[in-house]
Amino acid sequence: MPSITVTVNGQEYASEVEARLLLVHYLRDQLGLTGTHWGCDTSNCGTCVVWLDGVPVKSCTVFAVMADGHSVDTVEGLERNGELDPVQQGFVECHGLQCGFCTPGMLMTARWLLNHNPDPSEQEIREAISGQSCRCTGYENIVRSVRWAAEHGAKDTAGPESGLEAEEVPA
Amino acid sequence: MQVPAHFEYAKARTVEDALALLGKFGPDARVVAGGHSLIPMMKLRLAAPEALVDINDLSELSYIRVEGGELRIGALTTHADLLASPIAGEHYPIFHDAERVIADPIVRTRGTVGGSLCQADPSEDLSAAFAAVRATMVIVGSGGSRTVSAREFHVGPYETVVGPGELLTEVRVPIQPGGGSAYEKLERRVGDWPVAAAGAAVWLDSGVVSEVGIGLTAVGAAHFVAAEAEDHLRGGAPTEEAFAAAGRIAAAYCNPVADQRGPADYKRHLAGELTTRALRRAAARARGQEAA
Repeated sequence: MPSITVTVNGQEYASEVEARLLLVHYLRDQLGLTGTHWGCDTSNCGTCVVWLDGVPVKSCTVFAVMADGHSVDTVEGLERNGELDPVQQGFVECHGLQCGFCTPGMLMTARWLLNHNPDPSEQEIREAISGQSCRCTGYENIVRSVRWAAEHGAKDTAGPESGLEAEEVPA
Repeated sequence: MQVPAHFEYAKARTVEDALALLGKFGPDARVVAGGHSLIPMMKLRLAAPEALVDINDLSELSYIRVEGGELRIGALTTHADLLASPIAGEHYPIFHDAERVIADPIVRTRGTVGGSLCQADPSEDLSAAFAAVRATMVIVGSGGSRTVSAREFHVGPYETVVGPGELLTEVRVPIQPGGGSAYEKLERRVGDWPVAAAGAAVWLDSGVVSEVGIGLTAVGAAHFVAAEAEDHLRGGAPTEEAFAAAGRIAAAYCNPVADQRGPADYKRHLAGELTTRALRRAAARARGQEAA
């Protein structure tokens, strides 16, 4: 089996994996990081979104071996020093989740959006999460939660420690 | 749980390394870039390559630049890169039109231009867009590189001229003055495949259509092209009537099939209407009447 070394939330993990193991299952089953959810398995629902080298990806459509030598950030990395990231706090304040299944992916996308666009419009938020499904909220409260984060210090938050905090949007 | 069949895996460090690995693994190996078409097919066991050669670390294949009078796009350029590129939008707004409606923002961060073209899905948007603008593909193999017209690149559904042991490295689009381009797509919801889509590139000279390209997606057009509609427009006036007639011709010559996205006659209607709309918008841009 291939040997891989992946930096997840700033910590390096060395593992043996089958080449066909998907990143989402590697994170959940092999590393025990069950914050990332496994949903539709077809790259549609977006609950499995993590960052690969600082860029959000659907981890059900990436093999774990492809992350060898790269960094991954998951929802577990959002909290810093026991304090919730403003996007997490926003979801608390604005009732941004009901069942919570889509939440980890929504949080990772929201954090990435705010790193690149600290003051997004409602339309920009809706577009950013348009590849992610929520079957409870009708998205209204998710949009409000991200806006809350934008208005409450999201600009000052570095994001996950190992993540690219504000990598340039490609030219 | 969807589990692909077993396969061997290797990361390529350079283009030469990728070619060597493809040679070593043989004809049942596949190149994987973003993997957002190939991996879902592997999960469904619709594809079962013996080996994957991962080219994601070949950063030298990720670029968009103007060189030699051409827009040159590296095969590993992501959809998000193409959508965000001011020089791509300046010369060929068709790419921004198309990229805005390809998959969703997260898939676009991972999926690549070259991967989409090589996957050759009949419903994939960039194949028609690059056919419309008469792009040229650069393919490298152990014996050197060759170029192939976008209109000869696809030989059938999920089939291209890229042979075993070869790699698509670049797409080149000639930059010519007086042009405008646009892409029009109808999809049921964000991230879905198109019901139908059409792309157009129009060049105007002295009030006449000096050259035109029309690409069609998901409607069974040979090589993703509406050649008969192009022939109708070339050399004529860029009028609303001419664009409507070109739409009718494009609809007549395409060959859509009924599926869950709609019956064949509806798709045929869309092929015509979307062709007309794309031509209208491309011509407006060529005249400088509409911003990209």
